[in-house]
Amino acid sequence: MSSKIKDATIPTIPFKARFSRWFGRNLLRIYMIFGFSYLFIPVAYTFAFSFNDSGKSNLIWKGFTLGNWQNPCGAPQICAALGNSIKIGLLATIFSTILGTMIAFAIGRYQFAGRSSSNLLIFLPMATPEIVLGASLLSLFLVFKVNPGFWPTVIAHVMFCVSFVVVTVKARIASLDPRLEQAAMDLYANELETFRRVTLPLVAPGIAGAALLAFSLSFDDFIITNFNSGTMMTFPKFVYVAAARGIPAQANVIGSSMFFLALAIVVAGQLVKGKKAR
Amino acid sequence: MSITLPKVRVPYLLLFPGFAFLFTFFILPIINLAQTSTQTPIAGGDTGQYEQTFAFSNYVNAFLDNREQFARSFLYATLATIFALAIAYPLAYAIAFKSGKFKNILLVLVVAPFFTSFLLRTIAWKQILGEEGFLVPTLRNLHLMGQQTTITSTSVAVVAGMTYNFLPFMTLPLYASLERIDPRTIEASGDLYANAITTFRRVTVPLSMPGVVAGTLLTFIPAAGDYVNATILGSPNTKMIGNVIESRYFKIVDYPTAAALSFTLMAAILILVTLYIRKAGTEELV
Repeated sequence: MSSKIKDATIPTIPFKARFSRWFGRNLLRIYMIFGFSYLFIPVAYTFAFSFNDSGKSNLIWKGFTLGNWQNPCGAPQICAALGNSIKIGLLATIFSTILGTMIAFAIGRYQFAGRSSSNLLIFLPMATPEIVLGASLLSLFLVFKVNPGFWPTVIAHVMFCVSFVVVTVKARIASLDPRLEQAAMDLYANELETFRRVTLPLVAPGIAGAALLAFSLSFDDFIITNFNSGTMMTFPKFVYVAAARGIPAQANVIGSSMFFLALAIVVAGQLVKGKKAR
Repeated sequence: MSITLPKVRVPYLLLFPGFAFLFTFFILPIINLAQTSTQTPIAGGDTGQYEQTFAFSNYVNAFLDNREQFARSFLYATLATIFALAIAYPLAYAIAFKSGKFKNILLVLVVAPFFTSFLLRTIAWKQILGEEGFLVPTLRNLHLMGQQTTITSTSVAVVAGMTYNFLPFMTLPLYASLERIDPRTIEASGDLYANAITTFRRVTVPLSMPGVVAGTLLTFIPAAGDYVNATILGSPNTKMIGNVIESRYFKIVDYPTAAALSFTLMAAILILVTLYIRKAGTEELV
């Protein structure tokens, strides 16, 4: 009987109307597919061309090989550059997370004279174009006869990461329920205990997120690094320099691995969060 | 304030290390940059040697010589910001309201391309859209594109590259502010007989303004100073102010002009940002 009704109703709605209704309902979904395709086309391209049997310049598809993945350090200098990027990224993350978290607690938790100008000082580096940050810092290093290189680059990265850490951690602090801390105090925890056992664990996800952000900003930075690193190679610098004569496929291998590694870290973080919530 | 420490010193102690660092490596360099910008070459000195003569004419010359690049930087950055907003708003809206249990996964996917170096992705675009890619020859064979027309090495490619690279910076703040909207306000609007479009225009958009402001700033500021997209995807005709500053520093060793240009760029951006924040009426970002 039901099939009879269906047979009777379907032809009454013309295809055009049905299509436009379907389209209207799914417009956002279609849009989302386009949006994500746009975001991922170059990532997919980079991944695909990491399997290219390309020789020196990875421009045209020449054949499938696993060779690049078996020998990611095959291109000269590439792993030294990657190593520098990781070292700089870790150091910059540690220092900027510590400094930024302290500032975030001061601004997020206390009323004090100079609070709004503190906010301004945090905002300014974010409102300054990278090229100005890089160029001005290089000029300072030159005045003090400091040669650009590893440590100047670390300093430069800490400088531009601090603001992002402050903003991220501050947002987390602002979203805390103050009653939780009051409850701890009511239960005779002193200020230090309350901070260590209640406040800090609650803010920790924000700090972890800020650290991840700082690392990815530092690892991917090119402009500021280019000004302050002198002859030292980092991974983005390697790619930029190599781009003139064609980047080796090993760069695609490293880029793709970073992508999957970061994805794995974020997914693992989500899983841990999900488990705790349960 | 949930913790009220009697000591007034605590916030200052917390601030001190970070601010000492920012003062030394952000404020001092800017002051030093201001000094450099009014220097002139030492008569009979080597290249790269300059003395302070308070030559404010450096600013006038630097600006007049590079008017075109300044104009182009602000035009490209504005276009990229508008396009990024147009692409990111529906995306953020869909993730915030229509994605159900996939919300977190989709959010991760917005940030995920970030982790493949942005240079690699920009070069990937160059190769996809370039002469050797499959797109351009196909379009030419179908006669949808002239035989001489190219996509790369044009201003279109530069703006498209900037739009692409700064898209996550636009999407995340938009998502954050859309996600915070109480669904009851949207229901209330419907109860008061507003249709979907009116609700969107009069309720959703105004409530998402902090995200719009933050996103447009996070896109516009780096875009205006960018020179990587113009170098990889553009041609000598698409040079931006960042390209000029970079070459003044590294190729011509003309520090005063580079400093004057940097300062002009920074001042222009700060003025625009201040006006924009005033106009948009939100202080949340600062």
